[in-house]
Amino acid sequence: MSSGTVATGNSITPRRRGSWAGERLLGSGRGLAFLALALAEAGLLLALTLELSFAVFVYPLLLIPPTLLAVRRLANVTRRLSGQWCGVPIPVPYREYAAPGDQGGAWRRFGQSGGQLVTESATWRDLLWMTVDSTVGWVVAIIPAGVILYGLFGMFMPAYWSPIEHAGGNNWYAFIPVTSWLTALLCVPLGIAFIALGLWLAPLFLRWYGQLAYSMLAPTKQAALERQVAHLSESRAEAVDTGAAEIRRIERDLHDGAQARLVAMGMTLSAAEQVIDDNPAAARALLLEARDASAKALTELRDLVRGIHPPVLADRGIGEAVRALAMDGPMRVLVSNELPGRPPAPVESAAYFAVSELLANVSKHAGAHQAWIDMRHERGMLRIDVGDDGRGGANPSEGTGLRGIERRLSAFDGILALSSPPGGPTVATLELPCELSSPKTSSF
Amino acid sequence: MRVVIAEDLFLLRDGLIRMLEAHGFEVAAAVDTGAGLLSAVDEHRPDAAVVDVRLPPTFTDEGLRAALEARRRVPGLPVLVLSQYVEQIYARELLADGSGGVGYLLKDRVFDSAQFAEALRRVAGGGTAMDPEVISRLLARNADDSDLGRLSPREREVLELMAEGRSNAAIAQRMVITERAVAKHTSSIFTKLGLQPSDDDNRRVLAVLAYLGS
Repeated sequence: MSSGTVATGNSITPRRRGSWAGERLLGSGRGLAFLALALAEAGLLLALTLELSFAVFVYPLLLIPPTLLAVRRLANVTRRLSGQWCGVPIPVPYREYAAPGDQGGAWRRFGQSGGQLVTESATWRDLLWMTVDSTVGWVVAIIPAGVILYGLFGMFMPAYWSPIEHAGGNNWYAFIPVTSWLTALLCVPLGIAFIALGLWLAPLFLRWYGQLAYSMLAPTKQAALERQVAHLSESRAEAVDTGAAEIRRIERDLHDGAQARLVAMGMTLSAAEQVIDDNPAAARALLLEARDASAKALTELRDLVRGIHPPVLADRGIGEAVRALAMDGPMRVLVSNELPGRPPAPVESAAYFAVSELLANVSKHAGAHQAWIDMRHERGMLRIDVGDDGRGGANPSEGTGLRGIERRLSAFDGILALSSPPGGPTVATLELPCELSSPKTSSF
Repeated sequence: MRVVIAEDLFLLRDGLIRMLEAHGFEVAAAVDTGAGLLSAVDEHRPDAAVVDVRLPPTFTDEGLRAALEARRRVPGLPVLVLSQYVEQIYARELLADGSGGVGYLLKDRVFDSAQFAEALRRVAGGGTAMDPEVISRLLARNADDSDLGRLSPREREVLELMAEGRSNAAIAQRMVITERAVAKHTSSIFTKLGLQPSDDDNRRVLAVLAYLGS
């Protein structure tokens, strides 16, 4: 898989390839791995029960918070595996707490975090899941593997039917009483059929198991809403901060740039006015100077506006604006635009600046000869890929560029995913939920 | 020489009219919308149109679209497009039909009224007037081109002026060299870039722009 993935969702997952049987055999094996998880869950439940039983001695109570944390870790393993193996991704339901303050001693903090763990409904749902899973849930997971093993047992029946018979065993294989070579041989095709059945069932049961886990491990509606509210207030605060910082930057640029030049221009003009009668030649030189200053002021204003809202983006929308961006760079960039309309202006602007930054990263770091940009709208998402044939190995944790893009996109519930294996190619994908408006028809 | 102006800002429209009249142009009409430009062109059949990119009602690239449409209706109508910004993508659209008679300049260029008038005359005569900023961005984009890298600094200067649409005579005057020297530089440039030489000023300019834009 790709190295380094910054994705806040599971919507961008690579497709795995493999042979039909191999993949399914793997699936049944994964069911067995869930059995191992169920054993661990049983262990934790036993530990909790013991800790509570000896609560009179007080000290066992101290072990409860760490045990509950272990429960969380284990539940998160199940959540992750459910997404990777069963195709049922399960979001993490836990609340995020602010770091505990410094007031109060270690004991107090300990009590606080313990209290938070116990009062959170997700904890109790985890425990419910573990009880269900370690008693009956695991059966669902291992049925395909069991059927396959039973099939193997039948397939090799001719090899050991007679010892079993001689030992006085009552040897039935499914509906076949195995008492002779003939019946033992009959078990072979039946066993193969069982193996096929087990293989066929493997993904189905994994999915069921995943759904069972989802019903208990996924956030409740309320928890999901709480998390969303937390995310929204965080991203709103970031959006407001970014906006305020932008405005400060613009103010500073205007103050130091165009404004200062206009002041200088005014002074030059008044100097010209003073000397125009006595020394027309000097006045002429001053006027030329003033003209140059006004040209410079215009250039600065132009650059400033380009940084706020590029003209082509305003005129033509993101498709043409990205094309213009690609044209300005030193690198060859192939742009494919399949957008039938325009996203809302704020989304369009966020997407444009994200692409602009990604492209700048490519030409700075990737050592690429060629890049490509692919824009489309599917399932209610504006989706843009920025890929290059460079050396790959881009690490999202280094540098703040990617983090900044992610932050800006998150204000629109957008995400950024990066796939950059060493040796390349690097592909950054951004997704923004939005509707497209129908293209404006010009009067000409 | 009769021109039509499409510019929505009163101050600029007024300034343009005064300046063009001072340089001997006759302003047949001055309008403030794209639709107005089209009807003025139909009515007056001017020798050239001067059009601002951003016009009402959309205040986007209305003027550019109107200019392109006017050229479709009146093939070969010379248009000089003015803008606060120059965008390569728009320059390409103007040059796309390959027939010349187009100009694309920053509004700042009206500061130097003599040069601006010269550019407008060039466009009206079927030539090209590309803003130096368009050209410098085109050159920056082709920074890796090894053929361009083989040009001498002098030749590069000639190339830039030629791409803006200037004739040999104008380049000679600008660089303070003889026309013969300019001709020598241009033939050397065309050889180094592998372009077909041509005596026709305009075709030469379009070839250079096509080379840089590809």
